[in-house]
Amino acid sequence: MENIATIDWDEIDRIIEKYDASREALLMIMQDISDMYNYVPPEVIPVLVEKLGVRKSLVYSVATFYKTISLEPRGKYIVNVCTGTACHVRGADKIMDALQDHLHIKEGETTDDLLFTLEAVRCIGCCASGPVITVNQETHGGLDRATAVKTIKGYNENVS
Amino acid sequence: MSLKPMEKTRPDQATAKLENKEALEELRNSLQVMSREKGKRLISLCAGSGCGAYGTAKVHKALIAELAKHGIQDDVEVKLSGCHGFCEKGPILVIHPEGIFYPQVKEDHIPDIVEETIKNGNLVKSLVFKDPASKQKISHEHDVPFYKLQKRIIFGNNGLIDPTSIEDYISVGGYSALEKALFDMTPGDIIDQVKKSGLRGRGGGGFPTGIKWATCARHAGDRYVICNADEGDPGAYMDRSLLEGNPHSVLEGMIIGAIAVGSHEGYVYVRHEYPLAVKNFSFALKNARRLGLLGENILGSGFDYDIHISRGGGAFVCGESTALMASLEGNPGRPRAKYIHTVEKGFRENPSLLNNVETWANVPVIINKGADWFASIGTEGSKGTKIFSLVGKVVNTGLVEVPMGTSLRTIIYDIGGGIPKKKKFKAVQTGGPSGGCIPEQFLDMGVDFDELTQVGSMMGSGGMIVMDQDTCMVDVARYFLDFLKEESCGQCNPCREGIKHMLQVLTDICAGDGKEGDIELLEEIGDMVAKASLCGLGTSAPNPVLTTIRYFRDEYEAHIRDKKCPAGVCKPLFYYEIDAEKCTGCTLCARKCPEQAISGEKKKVHRLDREKCIKCGICYDGCKFDAIVVK
Ligand SMILES: Cc1cc2nc3c(=O)[nH]c(=O)nc-3n(C[C@H](O)[C@H](O)[C@H](O)COP(=O)(O)O)c2cc1C
Ligand code: SF4
Ligand code: SF4
Ligand code: SF4
Ligand code: FES
Ligand code: FES
Repeated sequence: MENIATIDWDEIDRIIEKYDASREALLMIMQDISDMYNYVPPEVIPVLVEKLGVRKSLVYSVATFYKTISLEPRGKYIVNVCTGTACHVRGADKIMDALQDHLHIKEGETTDDLLFTLEAVRCIGCCASGPVITVNQETHGGLDRATAVKTIKGYNENVS
Repeated sequence: MSLKPMEKTRPDQATAKLENKEALEELRNSLQVMSREKGKRLISLCAGSGCGAYGTAKVHKALIAELAKHGIQDDVEVKLSGCHGFCEKGPILVIHPEGIFYPQVKEDHIPDIVEETIKNGNLVKSLVFKDPASKQKISHEHDVPFYKLQKRIIFGNNGLIDPTSIEDYISVGGYSALEKALFDMTPGDIIDQVKKSGLRGRGGGGFPTGIKWATCARHAGDRYVICNADEGDPGAYMDRSLLEGNPHSVLEGMIIGAIAVGSHEGYVYVRHEYPLAVKNFSFALKNARRLGLLGENILGSGFDYDIHISRGGGAFVCGESTALMASLEGNPGRPRAKYIHTVEKGFRENPSLLNNVETWANVPVIINKGADWFASIGTEGSKGTKIFSLVGKVVNTGLVEVPMGTSLRTIIYDIGGGIPKKKKFKAVQTGGPSGGCIPEQFLDMGVDFDELTQVGSMMGSGGMIVMDQDTCMVDVARYFLDFLKEESCGQCNPCREGIKHMLQVLTDICAGDGKEGDIELLEEIGDMVAKASLCGLGTSAPNPVLTTIRYFRDEYEAHIRDKKCPAGVCKPLFYYEIDAEKCTGCTLCARKCPEQAISGEKKKVHRLDREKCIKCGICYDGCKFDAIVVK
């Protein structure tokens, strides 16, 4: 993807300002950036280093420590399959299998068209509705193989 | 579609800053009079995350449109409430004042509900809840067995109020405890009440809350009062539901805590994966500031306290107190040794008071009703109620609030309705990845902090995952270690290497490569990890393994010696077969099998080709005659 051209630097500045360029808000700033692009484009790291007055190594160690942050481009839709205990005993593995088959990618990978990234998440707090998946901020519950695949197909149609 | 908090200013929201306690009381009175005078129908529709996943937004839209169509939008109030607890049956709709209960409401049910119930006052028979256990039809919320046996002192207001309306919270008595704490009590009095109540932390360890407060108050510095909303225990979601559904109760608790220890700044550390909780809590902060209940000079008392929200990044270990504080400071969340406790030196090297969401929500109740009242609920060593997240293989899943000491049997069978599909109960897992699996023989045990520890498990945050005959206990142990391997921060050897080693042994056992001596090896490594790890993640990591070995040793032995997985989970260790005696030839399995591994004629016994079968379990789950068996 051609990143640099598409980064909205004004918006990045606004995010940093919102947190008063506080060093303590590094993770939150990266999360907000991630909400815009579904990952943290590496080009913004020097900006964070400068504006927050932190070391580059800290930015990288925070980015790698927290699972919500990715430095690699991710799909337009991030599909999180809950593999928390409640969903696990209700067959979350089968949902993961079905989606891997459907999207032809493995957990942690992104489809070639950059539409979907498939990830596992440990509980999103909808345990009574399990097995559940989230697609970006939307949650879908009470799934089985067929309905999980159907849900994803719905997003496909959104695009085309 | 997502639900936005209703930002529009209602007439009752124009309220200006409350300058003193009289102004708060006046507001409360006028709100109560107003809601009595209105006396109109109220439809409470659950907009919690669970119901949201089943489509609340669509139902809400349809409801608003339908009321408008009938021209009765001004006679009926629609409230988007927080979680009612019975999320599995969502979206939940309750009509007040009668308390008519409609579960699993869909958009196309709305015309009937409006026409029949709202306009004509009749029940929509097809929508009435049928209790799966007794098969009885139950039309009113308070008669539903799932709710009937609960004691909802913390969670009860969730279904009644709109979490985005501070006025709703005030009208049910909200912020009266704050008023009391500010004007009628000294900080010492508050701490004494909390001590006397016997409240213990709901976040895992069960540490006496009052003692923690007193210790924090004793240490000098810029004290911080912090709420732990990291809720990392997979399968538990009471903290999420409280923050989403009744954020002001948590906020009020925190302000009272701040008064007690003398703090002027605080944080809520909440998971990034909980967007609605973040949204509703932010909204609560904004509204509390608007009314002068948070910020400078609260209610004209001269006391200042404000709160920031910090979003965590999905690391389980960040729920641990020292890691949480490292994360708040903008660093990777790695725990440190607790030679010095965080109540003395925590966030920014200052005394920090950290409590769990549910702990905070208990505080206003204690201040309002008194320590003695609170201490009259529960057991000798564990006072009050506890919210459990009853999930897994149980008929009624959801959030259950019961007095401490309630038996597992009451929770799982009377409230939870037992195990679905007539399967057999095998174990209940409590305490999350740090906890253990409790077998049938302890079902009559009263659940409190001490009893759970006694049987080798833990209260943890209140996750209760029910497992049936189809759950493999070796696989469960493997599952938790896999979780912990991912979540270990890796800075100390025993935890990092020990968990990896145990996981390898368990993976081998599940793959059919288990050896004699593996069980003893697991016990030995487990003992070392428990003793030598730095933080609670490591010291409790062996629990799921050790309790499953203790109570389900035969299952381990079946895997290792007979190369069999009796529950039919570990794929290399079992196969499916069709029981010729039971098969009716209904053809369902043959039609559903993705591999065409099943063949047979209508009304004749079917055959399963083991060579083709990939053990996906579709036939096993689908057969209505239990004719597919695990071998
Ligand atoms: C690995 C680990 C994870 C934890 N996760 C949480 C959590 O998600 N939420 C929580 O409230 N406490 C969690 N705790 C417990 C906290 O360290 C701390 O004891 C608690 O927040 C204190 O509040 P309480 O006394 O009100 O329970 C965790 C502890 C450990 C060791
Ligand atoms: S016990 Fe595990 S999680 Fe805790 S500090 Fe050590 S390595 Fe990190
Ligand atoms: S579903 Fe069960 S009863 Fe029906 S054909 Fe298959 S094995 Fe026989
Ligand atoms: S387990 Fe799956 S693959 Fe095997 S026979 Fe049954 S449905 Fe077919
Ligand atoms: S275990 Fe899946 S949402 Fe909690
Ligand atoms: S989210 Fe609706 S009942 Fe829990």
